[in-house]
Amino acid sequence: MHSVKNIVIRFSGDSGDGMQLTGSQFSNTSAFMGNDLSTFPDFPAEIRAPQGTVAGVSGFQVNFGSTEISTPGDAPDVLVAMNPAALKANLSDLKKGAIVILNIDTFTGLNFKKAGYDQNPLDTHLLDDFMIIKANISSQTKDALEEVDLDTKLKLRCKNFYALGMTYFMYSRDLEPTEKWIAQKFKGKDNVIKANITALNAGYNFADTIEAFGDRYVVQKATIEKGHYRQINGNTALSWGFINAADKAGVNLYLGSYPITPASDILHELSKHKNFGVKTFQAEDEIAAISSAIGASFGGALAMTTSSGPGVALKSEALNLAMMLELPLVVVDVQRGGPSTGLPTKTEQSDLNMAMHGRNGESPIIVLAAKKPSDCFHMAYEASRLTLEHMTPVMLLTDGFIANGSEPWKIPNLESDYKKIKTQLVDPKNYEDKTYLPYLRKSETLVRSWAIPGMENLMHRVGGLEKEENTGNVSYDPMNHQRMVDIRQKKVELVANNIPLQEIEGDKSGDILIVSWGGTYGATHQAVSELRSEGKNVSLMHLNYINPMPKNTGEILNSFKKIIVCELNKGQMRDLLSSKFDHHFDSYTKVQGKPFQIRELKGMVDFKLEEMS
Amino acid sequence: MSSIYKKKDFVSDQQVKWCPGCGDYAILSSVQQSMAKIGVAPHNIAVVSGIGCSSRFPYYMGTYGLHSIHGRAPAFATGLKIQNPDLSLWVITGDGDGLSIGANHLAHLIRRNVDLNLILFNNEIYGLTKGQYSPTSSKGLKTKSSPYGSIDRPFHPADFIMGSGSTYFARTIDTDPKHMSEVFMDSNEHKGSSIIEVYQNCVIFNDKVHDEYTNRATRDDASIRVVHGEKLLFGKDMDKGLILDGLELKVVSHNHNDILVHDKHNKVLASLLCAKNPHLPVAIGTIYEAKSVAAYEEDVKYQIEEAKKNTMSVQDLLESGNTWNV
Repeated sequence: MHSVKNIVIRFSGDSGDGMQLTGSQFSNTSAFMGNDLSTFPDFPAEIRAPQGTVAGVSGFQVNFGSTEISTPGDAPDVLVAMNPAALKANLSDLKKGAIVILNIDTFTGLNFKKAGYDQNPLDTHLLDDFMIIKANISSQTKDALEEVDLDTKLKLRCKNFYALGMTYFMYSRDLEPTEKWIAQKFKGKDNVIKANITALNAGYNFADTIEAFGDRYVVQKATIEKGHYRQINGNTALSWGFINAADKAGVNLYLGSYPITPASDILHELSKHKNFGVKTFQAEDEIAAISSAIGASFGGALAMTTSSGPGVALKSEALNLAMMLELPLVVVDVQRGGPSTGLPTKTEQSDLNMAMHGRNGESPIIVLAAKKPSDCFHMAYEASRLTLEHMTPVMLLTDGFIANGSEPWKIPNLESDYKKIKTQLVDPKNYEDKTYLPYLRKSETLVRSWAIPGMENLMHRVGGLEKEENTGNVSYDPMNHQRMVDIRQKKVELVANNIPLQEIEGDKSGDILIVSWGGTYGATHQAVSELRSEGKNVSLMHLNYINPMPKNTGEILNSFKKIIVCELNKGQMRDLLSSKFDHHFDSYTKVQGKPFQIRELKGMVDFKLEEMS
Repeated sequence: MSSIYKKKDFVSDQQVKWCPGCGDYAILSSVQQSMAKIGVAPHNIAVVSGIGCSSRFPYYMGTYGLHSIHGRAPAFATGLKIQNPDLSLWVITGDGDGLSIGANHLAHLIRRNVDLNLILFNNEIYGLTKGQYSPTSSKGLKTKSSPYGSIDRPFHPADFIMGSGSTYFARTIDTDPKHMSEVFMDSNEHKGSSIIEVYQNCVIFNDKVHDEYTNRATRDDASIRVVHGEKLLFGKDMDKGLILDGLELKVVSHNHNDILVHDKHNKVLASLLCAKNPHLPVAIGTIYEAKSVAAYEEDVKYQIEEAKKNTMSVQDLLESGNTWNV
């Protein structure tokens, strides 16, 4: 048996073939077996595009290894293709020499046509660079299930487990976790349980029997920090993070949302947790979603709204009102490929400008970004903490890549790892004999207090018209407007006193500093650490706090000869940094709906280093 | 019902800044008068509005108030009511705010039946933007944006409101403070979205638009006061009545044997009274009230109370499902 450090495997088939499930089973089993890993599902925007076409191909990629794994991997070592379209859609991504497992039963005339092949690709030289394994996945699944009392259609549905079984043999995976999962999932349907488990074992045994694989591979356990772990994707981590934050703040959580890819799963997840007092409201549109959240915030909730680019654009007027009212509110933007409807199921980081500037007037808000799937839990807490402590809306940016990607997560101890959040709620008893001033501020933070309808003595009116300082009454006084605009700006700047200092990976000064933000962390972190182990003088500054930035950001930037800002847009963070710091920033960008690959980042840095020498 | 509150308890310290002669003054005063009689404490009341002349309303109330953005007041109010179901909630909107930019939200508020009172000020014109035709303006109305006459077919608010599945619809007029107060108090008794259309006069841009229903010479023949359980009679000397003729209402002499009795729970009768028909008087009063439809926030509350029987902690949630030790 060969021992390898890591393997990237991609399961691919029709969107009805169960590839997402197959991929997540492979990941769960690998996590149980002690590997580090990272996953990424890649599915089409169409729910069931015509069967057998490239448009309908759905994929799930897993990178698992015995070393630290921080991305789903640049290029697959193995492709499981359930039909010709899946082969066609993925072939160009594969590593040279990759193993390609084909469900040869689907390699027939009509399917070639649907996939856009003129002839059987196996009869051409297209596949010369790869190791092809032909398996009759459909027919052998059917044969293996001859004894099981199910109709043929249902039997054929088990073919994904047959394919999974094959990969389990190749990479010496335990069958047990998946068998247990099947038994749990299909409880009460004994025939279905039996069929799926039989198919899994049949695939495993088939791979054992044929000698086509040459060697089997072993991926040893990774050295992982001790602890209690689970798999988590970004959207779930984010949802749970807000539940935790509301609990820590002693207020209830309110979500106003409207379905949109790739953010809907947050609405789905939070809707399940009414037991924690979570109130979810599926509104009639994006504007109603945020408006209802502001109403709930006025009423004393930790209120949030979740969306993606096109939806966030619709919310901008209401978000501006929340900024003006100075009420707590979190807007989550799970970014996707833009502009307009763009690429709904693909990833991008092109909403930064909108988050920073997408409102009329002078409208500063707090902007944060999560860096990887599990980090969404922590950044949800941070967004909640900052909005409640500073009475200022927060935009939290994630993206389709980390929202749907998953990784093992060391479960935190909420008691010791997360502090209580202190809200700005006022005590009505203090106002029995004095007038309440809703826009009176704490001198050190410029934060106002939070009085909610139902509290005695504190009746007041808020609105989007400019307010008189302290009283909040409508005011058209020119100097008052100047003061209020200045105050709202300063209030956000002062948030810098309440966020961690910027960390740096690698040396504190040197030749090249890579700057990245948000969901590209896995790739930039891995690229920088590999470059450093090759002895190259490169460091990484990855930003989670974007507005305001940590106080030491400028100092870090001044310590490097060359700064390269890497992001999945046309240079929005570079522009932001250029407007704040007197420094030259190189920009490395990509807008293909795909995450950075480690090899492209490394290649780019090598090139820059060569230029500098 | 006696109340410990006076009208002044619902008045804020801010100067009211509508145009002299604007119908809004009378509506504001009637709302404050009604609240004093209803007896809910000012701190348990919130008034939410959108944008427009009428939407300045919350600033003048001695309650909690939220002056939001154009057309979205129903959505703000929905979130506030879900969060804080014990509040007495009032929404103020107009024909532009509620039926143009915010028509979507109004329809969905009504469909969900969130418990609140929504007062729709209908003056058939845009006032705050200085005189453009609104979605309720009559066809042919000449305004700044329709110098050749409006070619839009207008919304009939009653049709829109009833068509959205309203559980309460009433109509009143800004020139009759007593009737307004009665209607506001009645609407407040209804558990659900109570929609009150007020015929309101804009003295500057659409003066006398409701003149037919307000001037002494014509109002008694042009309108009918509908009261639950009473005969549908109208006219200066109450000499006319309504009967059912086929599938329509018909005006007959008051001594006709088949004069209808108003039943606000009868949806068919309500829809006939709502229909825009030049041969019929316009109905003023509580036209429709559905019986026992659950208010939205009550269902929200019920689901949460049921779910809370599960006492898992947030830590339990994190540990749920497949986990493993390293």
